[in-house]
Formats: sequence, structure tokens, C-alpha cells
Amino acid sequence: MATPNTPLWEVFIRSRNGMAHKHVGSLHATDATMALQAARDVYTRRGEGLSVWVVPSAAITASDPADKGMMFEPAESKVYRHPTFYEVPDEVGHM
Amino acid sequence: MTPLALYALRRADDALILGHRLSEWCGHAPMLEEDMALANIGLDLIGQARSLYQYAAEIRADGTDEDQLAYLRDAPAYRNLLLAELPNGDFARTIVRVFLYAAFADPFWQGTMRSSDERLAAIAAKSEKESAYHLRHSAEWVIRLGDGTQESHRRAQEAVDYLWPYTGEMFEADASDRELIEGGIAVDPESLRPAWAKTVAEVLADATLKHPPAGWMQSGGRAGRHSEHLGHLLAEMQFLQRAYPGATW
Repeated sequence: MATPNTPLWEVFIRSRNGMAHKHVGSLHATDATMALQAARDVYTRRGEGLSVWVVPSAAITASDPADKGMMFEPAESKVYRHPTFYEVPDEVGHM
Repeated sequence: MTPLALYALRRADDALILGHRLSEWCGHAPMLEEDMALANIGLDLIGQARSLYQYAAEIRADGTDEDQLAYLRDAPAYRNLLLAELPNGDFARTIVRVFLYAAFADPFWQGTMRSSDERLAAIAAKSEKESAYHLRHSAEWVIRLGDGTQESHRRAQEAVDYLWPYTGEMFEADASDRELIEGGIAVDPESLRPAWAKTVAEVLADATLKHPPAGWMQSGGRAGRHSEHLGHLLAEMQFLQRAYPGATW
């Protein structure tokens, strides 16, 4: 229910120590305190999280889908940027 | 019934009946987020009820189980607070009721964690974390409803005034309870009153709501004398087991 009194918030959850917070969805809430509680109630019911962030959706600056040609296509032809052109010695283990 | 079985049964009935009331909001809350929040609180309470019913049934050792206690007793055999069985009313009354109960339940479980009865102490340790959140969530809502619009303020004040006479029952202790209090098994509810009163006074003040004056208090639920609302609640809650005895899925 989108009303001026309940703006949209984006929810980020960190599932384990050492992991990054990941975007999981959005919700409506009156303010930051209630948004945090709603995030807990809606997105962590099955033990998904150790830490929750909520961010006003209005605070996010997003790329324009119409710009995806110039924004992202130039990277597609640069395969040499992937670290796949050298061999990792077995002794190094998991990287 | 032994004092301990009755004690567990009374607290289980509080949790089940209030949990059922909250479940009535499922699919009907003003917004999805609060629909989930109320259902979560209801599920926490029903989980607390299960632990307590299982314990009461074990103490009775007469073949009763948790399902029989929940689904096959009539209203006079229920021992819950009248506060828990009142209809939800509007959202404000629902929230204020959770708040008034949780403001008691949280210190109650904290006190019960020190019970000399290990089983009760273990149930309390789990329940306290749940009740602490119920208190936080409902208190934030009370503040926003009270200090919100003219209409939300009016509804919240009406809820506080309506529910207030039902709060005295939380602090009752009869002879059966006294025996457990003296044995270090049960927490003396009167000892929780200062903490409850402080929480309630602070939140009502933040919410710009008027604190009701001290006055006459309702009583009877602990002895099985209920309002007319409990029978209707049980009719719905117990329908399946009454119509299809022993049904499982």
C-alpha cells in the first residue's frame, strides 16, 4: 500500500559473518525504525539473517536502463579482464 | 490439578488465546508488512502455548496431551486472562492489547528464567526473546498511533481506556500460585508491577495518550469465569477437532 505516509525501503540482509549484505527486496514503512522491524518480520522468518539494513528507496541513484548499451556492453568484449589466463599452483589452495 | 500443572495451563491459555486472536488478522491487516508482523507474534505465542501445554500434560500424567488441552476443553475450563480473549476490535485496540500484555510478559519471562523448576526456566529463556520483540514492536506502534493523526490518536486512546480494566488480572495470584511463589518456582506477579507500570507510563507519555486513572479491575478468567467472547473464539478454533475428532494431516 503505497501512500505518502509509508514510503518504500530497500532491504539488505547479511546471512553470515564475513559475508556482504545482499539486497533481498523492498517494503513500505512509516520510518526507519518501523522499516527495520518490518524487514525483520517479512524477510528473516526462516533464519535468513544476522544483520539487516534498510535504505530509503528514494536515496538510491540507479542507472538508466536506456543507457545499458554504453554502460555495460563495452565490458562484454574484454575477456582478458577475467583472471583465467594463468594457472594457479595447487599449493595455493582455494582462492 | 497440581498447582504447577494449573500454573502452566493458565499461562498456556493466555498465549494460545491471544495467539489465536492475532491469527484472525492474517490476510486482513492494513498492510502486508503488518500482516506478517502480527502473524509472527501470533505464532510465537502459539509456540509458547505448546511448550506449556506439553509440560502441563506431562505433570497431569493422565493421558491428556497438548491437543486435547487446546481443542477439547470448553470455555469454563480455560484459565486465560480476560484481556486475551476480548475481540480484536480495530488495529489500535489489537496493538494496544499486545503492548499491555507484552509489557507484562517480558519481565514475567525474565523472572521465570530464574525459576527453580528447570523446565519452566527453559521455556522462559526461549519465550523472553520473543516477548521482548513483541514489546518493542507494539510499543513503537502505540507511539505512532497515539502521536499520529487525530483519528489514530482517538482510536488509540479509546483502546487504552477500553482495555485498562482488564490489566489488573495479570497481577493476581491465588492460593495455588502462592504455593509456587513461596517454593521459588513461580515469579510473584506483584513484583513485576513496577516494571510494567513504568513501561506503560513511558510509552503512553511518548504517544501523547492519557494514562487512565486507577480504578476497578475485571477479574474471573483465572477461575474460568469468562466473557461471552471466549465461547465464540473456541467454536471457531476447535471446530475441526470437534467435527472430525482425531483428524490429522
